Amino acid sequence: MHFRRRIVDKISGFWMVTTMVTILLMPVIIGVGLYIKAQPLFEHNSVWDLISSSDWSPSKGKFGFWPFIAGSLYVTIFSFLFAAPICLFAAIHLTQFSSKRLVQIMYPVIDVLAGLPSVIYGVWGILVIVPLVSNFLAPIFNTSSSGYSIFAGGIVLSVMCIPYMLNMLIEVFNTVPVGLKEAALSLGATQWESVKHVVIRKSYPGIISAFGLGIAKAFGETIAVMMVVGNSVMSSHNPFDAGYPLPALIANNYGEMMSIPMYDSALMFAALLLLVIILAINLVFRYFIHKTQKQ
Amino acid sequence: MSVENLDTINWNMPETDTIASESSPIVRINELNVHVKDHHILKNINLEIPKNQITVLLGASGCGKTTLLKCMNRLTDLYKELKVTGNIFIEEDDILNTSTNIPTIRQKMGLLSQRPYPLPVSIYKNVAYGIKLKGIRVKNLIDYSVEKNLKEVGLWDEVKNRLNSPATSLSIGQQQRLCLARGLAVKPRIILADEPTSALDPISSKIIENQFKVLKKHYTIILVTHVLRQAVRLADNVVFMHDGRIIEQGKPDELFKNPQTEELKNYLVEGN
Ligand SMILES: Nc1ncnc2c1ncn2[C@@H]1O[C@H](COP(=O)(O)OP(=O)(O)OP(=O)(O)O)[C@@H](O)[C@H]1O
Ligand SMILES: [Mg+2]
Repeated sequence: MHFRRRIVDKISGFWMVTTMVTILLMPVIIGVGLYIKAQPLFEHNSVWDLISSSDWSPSKGKFGFWPFIAGSLYVTIFSFLFAAPICLFAAIHLTQFSSKRLVQIMYPVIDVLAGLPSVIYGVWGILVIVPLVSNFLAPIFNTSSSGYSIFAGGIVLSVMCIPYMLNMLIEVFNTVPVGLKEAALSLGATQWESVKHVVIRKSYPGIISAFGLGIAKAFGETIAVMMVVGNSVMSSHNPFDAGYPLPALIANNYGEMMSIPMYDSALMFAALLLLVIILAINLVFRYFIHKTQKQ
Repeated sequence: MSVENLDTINWNMPETDTIASESSPIVRINELNVHVKDHHILKNINLEIPKNQITVLLGASGCGKTTLLKCMNRLTDLYKELKVTGNIFIEEDDILNTSTNIPTIRQKMGLLSQRPYPLPVSIYKNVAYGIKLKGIRVKNLIDYSVEKNLKEVGLWDEVKNRLNSPATSLSIGQQQRLCLARGLAVKPRIILADEPTSALDPISSKIIENQFKVLKKHYTIILVTHVLRQAVRLADNVVFMHDGRIIEQGKPDELFKNPQTEELKNYLVEGN
């Protein structure tokens, strides 16, 4: 009996270690795979040139990725600027001020929104946001736009990220013990003061990680953005012009135009870039979380 | 002479005269009822809490002790599903139907909960929090009050060299004393203590208990406890609740020696 338990213990321990290692190795394997595939590109260009150059003419063998990186960053930043305040206030309201009834209605709605496939957000973007941008928003800012633009991409992306970040933030705020809020109130804080001084403060690490995961998700989101962002190599910084984020580049072109030499490698490099940037975003936010938790 | 003046005199007296304070209840609860949907949590509560004494609330789990305390500083407002009716007079102000703003009412009552909940800031800021909310901004005054209140709960010597470290770095017992100190810093009239020692080790519990004995010279203490010995040690009055009602109350020695109701007898038997 004793012997059998020891064996079971050994096997389960071994099994757990193996699965852990596999999971840990996953990004490394993907990264190495992409690197090997992208390798031919590095023979003619330095990594720095690839990243910083804006000259994208594959047929001439010129691969400058900056417009795509910038496009991704641009769309992501826009979406974050729209989504973050909305999520923060909505989550605070739902967890601290709303009636039970509103909460009961909202939670399922948020879950449904979070579960919608992104192509639906894309279609909605084409039907609603694109015309809105070209007919109303662009004229307000005194420019003209086809509507397929960085701005539209940002809005669609933010709408996609809202339920995702909102869900996380609600969870974060709900983990703040009621007793803590009661403590602040009993010391004479108003409702809002107790939220500001205690609930939000206590939630800093959680808020940051929700934002970080939201940004990482936005950065990698492909289909919905691709449908409204215009997909032409960005040439200006006007948000009402079209852009071409990294994921869209890969998704649009992989499997096509493979006759162009090095194109294959270029797309692999784009994927590698995406992977590295998303890892970097994660690391940066993890560092912030670590720092705020220590305080 | 106003109520306010009477209080100051009491405060300066070395030992409070029991008879005098019995004649002036600081809290008067009148026909208090609390409902949530069809659950009647508190049923027709009528109660007077004498000033500068320790009143102990006893009763089985779920009988409504915490709810009663929360009514007294209107933390019941947080739970919109609770319907609270009746009157609670605290120094003549009917706090359930008053125009006084609620933070001011709450500052008349220090809350000490079952577990310590230090605010997610430094030790110093925990104590300073309520003082600042009162509108006091003078640094020296705040410093003075922080030191005084930390001394009052016997925590000063332990923390004076690390006032700026997070309050959560203290031990649970120290945290509970910190919570008491920050409550005292807003100069409440009443301390509401909901099983304040249930999460503490015997020594920290003892410190809190001794604190209460000292504090009752200046404060009225309402204490919920499940520890009968603690009730015996501390209580000037005992209120026994059962299923949302007050069914017995009186001096501890009479009540514990001569329980009138079956419920209290059972409670005492099981508690020992
Ligand atoms: N917000 C609420 N919603 C629904 N029911 C509640 C609410 N607050 C309290 N109750 C109910 O009221 C009753 C009394 O609860 P309360 O917390 O006052 O008991 P208690 O005497 O403090 O018990 P314990 O000794 O376990 O702390 C319980 O049955 C509880 O379920
Ligand atoms: Mg309780």
